Amino acid sequence: MFGKKRVAIVGAGVTLFRRNIKETGKELSYEAVKMALNTAGMELKDMQSVVMGSAPDAFDGVHMKGEYLADGAGAHCKPYTRVFVGGGTGVFTPLAGWWHVASGQFDTCLVVCEEKMSSCYPHPQFAFTTIFDPILERPVGMNLIWIFALEMNRYMHKHNLKKEDIALVSVKNKRNALDNPIAQLAAEITVEDVLKSEIMAWPVQRLDVSPTSDGAAALILASEDVAKEVTDNPVWIDGVGWCIDSTQWTNRDLYYPDYVEYAARMAYKMAGIRNPPKEIDVAEPYDPFDYKELHHIEGLLLCKKGEAPKLTREGVTQRDGDLPTCPSGGLLGCGNPIAAAGLMKVSEIFWQLRGEAGKRQVPCDPRTGVAQAWGDLMQYGSVIVLRR
Amino acid sequence: MSDVAIVGVGCVGFLPITPELSYKELMYETAVKAYEDAGINPRKDVDVFVTCAEDYLEGFSIFDEFVPDQLGAALRHLFTVSGDGMLGLATAYMLIKTGHFDTVVVEAHSKASDILTYMDIVQFGLDPIFNRPLGGHPYYVAGMEMNRYMHDTGTTPEQCAQVVVKNRKNAISNPYAAYGANVTTDQVLCSDACFFPLKKLEISKPADGCVVMVLASENITRKLTDNPVWVKGVGWCTETPNLETRDWSRAVYTEIAAEMAYKSAKISNPWKEIDFAEIHDLFAYKELQHMEALKFCNYGQAGKLVEDGITALDGEFPINPSGGLLGMGYGLEASGMQKLLEVVLQLRGEAGSRQIPEAEVGLAQTWRGIPTATGAVAILSNSE
Amino acid sequence: MSAKIKHFPGEEVETKDIREGKIPTEKFRPKAKFAWSAGVAISKFLDELKNGKIIATTCKKCGRIMVPPRIYCEKCYKPTDGWAYVKDTGVINTFSVSFLAADASRLKEPIIVAIINLEGASEGMGIVHRIEEVKDWKKVKIGMKVKAVWKPPKERTGAITDIKYFKTMEEI
Repeated sequence: MFGKKRVAIVGAGVTLFRRNIKETGKELSYEAVKMALNTAGMELKDMQSVVMGSAPDAFDGVHMKGEYLADGAGAHCKPYTRVFVGGGTGVFTPLAGWWHVASGQFDTCLVVCEEKMSSCYPHPQFAFTTIFDPILERPVGMNLIWIFALEMNRYMHKHNLKKEDIALVSVKNKRNALDNPIAQLAAEITVEDVLKSEIMAWPVQRLDVSPTSDGAAALILASEDVAKEVTDNPVWIDGVGWCIDSTQWTNRDLYYPDYVEYAARMAYKMAGIRNPPKEIDVAEPYDPFDYKELHHIEGLLLCKKGEAPKLTREGVTQRDGDLPTCPSGGLLGCGNPIAAAGLMKVSEIFWQLRGEAGKRQVPCDPRTGVAQAWGDLMQYGSVIVLRR
Repeated sequence: MSDVAIVGVGCVGFLPITPELSYKELMYETAVKAYEDAGINPRKDVDVFVTCAEDYLEGFSIFDEFVPDQLGAALRHLFTVSGDGMLGLATAYMLIKTGHFDTVVVEAHSKASDILTYMDIVQFGLDPIFNRPLGGHPYYVAGMEMNRYMHDTGTTPEQCAQVVVKNRKNAISNPYAAYGANVTTDQVLCSDACFFPLKKLEISKPADGCVVMVLASENITRKLTDNPVWVKGVGWCTETPNLETRDWSRAVYTEIAAEMAYKSAKISNPWKEIDFAEIHDLFAYKELQHMEALKFCNYGQAGKLVEDGITALDGEFPINPSGGLLGMGYGLEASGMQKLLEVVLQLRGEAGSRQIPEAEVGLAQTWRGIPTATGAVAILSNSE
Repeated sequence: MSAKIKHFPGEEVETKDIREGKIPTEKFRPKAKFAWSAGVAISKFLDELKNGKIIATTCKKCGRIMVPPRIYCEKCYKPTDGWAYVKDTGVINTFSVSFLAADASRLKEPIIVAIINLEGASEGMGIVHRIEEVKDWKKVKIGMKVKAVWKPPKERTGAITDIKYFKTMEEI
């Protein structure tokens, strides 16, 4: 990083995550931005650029929804871009904000992620059918849950896992979410509850999955000079990484996310991290399904392939463990407004590193944290490394 | 901080339809051309890939799922900017300026012929609560803007028609253009006033095509080419998505984007310091409105410039030597790249019979179309 | 979510209230119709399906036989070198038993979907399709051999559904 510009996060805001929120997409963006500006003690006029991240237009029901959300996101007469990488958007958008400032083009960047899945009628699930190839996949009747189920089955088969090993993640995250004021599905559940829940697409059962939600989140990024003026407690973006795998997802062995590993390596290299399990204090990997947290912990090189269930069983990934994972409650506990959920994870690491996470604060006095999101057809990994 | 240059370009199209190629194959052929032109292997030499696409123009949600393989980006670092190709260029520019990346590829394409209900998709971009329930073909928005613009500036219908004549004539000499033709002012004025005062022949027709560009840092540029095209400045801006609160006669988004780009490029007198420009002309009057926003002339004076032939190919300040979108065809999110392509070819001396002698500094400007007030500006030069 | 923030915006409402019209809503159904050109590789693939055959493309550099076929090898980034037929039998790479239809409605009889690695193609080359004629879905296992069941030649149209489904070689 020598001689190159440093970028810090100086403020963050998150709205409630719920199945249906009355506010429109514009209003949700506005609320999140207002909150972030307040925590940073800055005003909209201080923001020199804006980046929006939001997942498929089909949910909000507006073509070019980036344009539609621009005013709510505070982009009136400002340089404004929308980036979009499927589910990876939530962690990717702050990366886009990072290069706005790291390039020297701007001193500040407002990063906003919004999702209004409830607009899609009769159910947001249906919009997901359009992510599949229209010639080879849609005629087979593809449903989003199916690709996760196919991957989960492969992962379990390869490492000889039982559902019990995986259900522990759902139990942990939903319990963690009890301490998160924005959470949608916080609950005290048991492994039994998960195993007895309705089968959706075996091996995926209802309590293995995070729900569709509405929500928004925002971050304020600033260059080193500006960050030092506005706060004593900046959190530095030290590593950025992203990677996409081939479109041909049926040609890959789904038991391991190469794309997460490649993205992680890119970010760790930039951050100067050589031994991830030792150097990373807290992690927020993307957990739309419980097995995904395990899949991603391995992809993030935080343990060997197939070892993540063991770490979970031994309590290593609990808040007071050696590698607290998803202290926020993750998507399983908080809900999954795709892009906003990823940004919520980044802001959780932000609050954790500052010691402001209240009841969710991990006791290990974290200095380095990593957040990661996944997207597309088992293809996308975006990773961000934050340091105090 | 390193300078940024364009070291390779590739283009396939623009054509009214391309039934023999799927969008993937279209992108593959174009990318191969661009990599050949730059002399690079995408599997080894490219740090980041940027694709510019909108889901509803492709017919897929999460379009970047279907992009990596044909660009050579499988298991590499690619992402989508949901915007015009010029926003992709601005992104590539910033990435290289961070100092962490040396070679960035930008791609944008249009497969308009695959879209059966294009106008319904444009309508789908209108505000769902305030505008869409009114129904109607969304181009009424352009008709309203043209009306206000002519009212405020005194621009005449004849002047707007002359933009069409000039551009479609220029397109005849452009092998990348779909709709080159010799059209008369009378033909334009007599064409169906479908969105009064906007007439049918003043509207660019969609076309299929793809443009891929390779950008590089100073170090890499010097290794790859003797004929780089330097990116001197970029700017982009969104005024507002709301029809109800925007400026209807000035292209404010272009004014602000241009200010940003001129500042970067250290240009204080655009008319003197820029040799030619490629301006977004989805509708003929837009070329005039954008010229004023770019400060090439005073507000209300653009009509006279085209009337006097100043902006013709052999004029003092050629505008849209490629034939513009009226002549090339409207490449949807690739329209900014169509503009950039022509500027690059002119600056390299590769514009064939359209070549502007001694071109040194060119400007490319884009707009994201109805119903947005978003645009970008880029200033390129063949000298450092 | 900082301990310093006390209020989080967002007013929750119930799905049933929206459906019953208690919350002001605007409805719209977009007309988004597309007709994608299949292109060279997939057009040939679909044509061959009509003939009851599955075709793949080959790359001399990495040696792969790839299905679904493509005109460029994404690993080597070069045009593929030729065509090769692969068998309509294969092995289950992974599968799922779904009680949800594409629109998230519940099904009484589950759909079994799988990635099938086709025989004759390179290792790991799979296509996604359904598995039917299964009496007890709990007996489906990764690694089982399967064979395609085709529509009669007259009913084939040149689509992936010309293969009706795959069935397991052993009865389960």
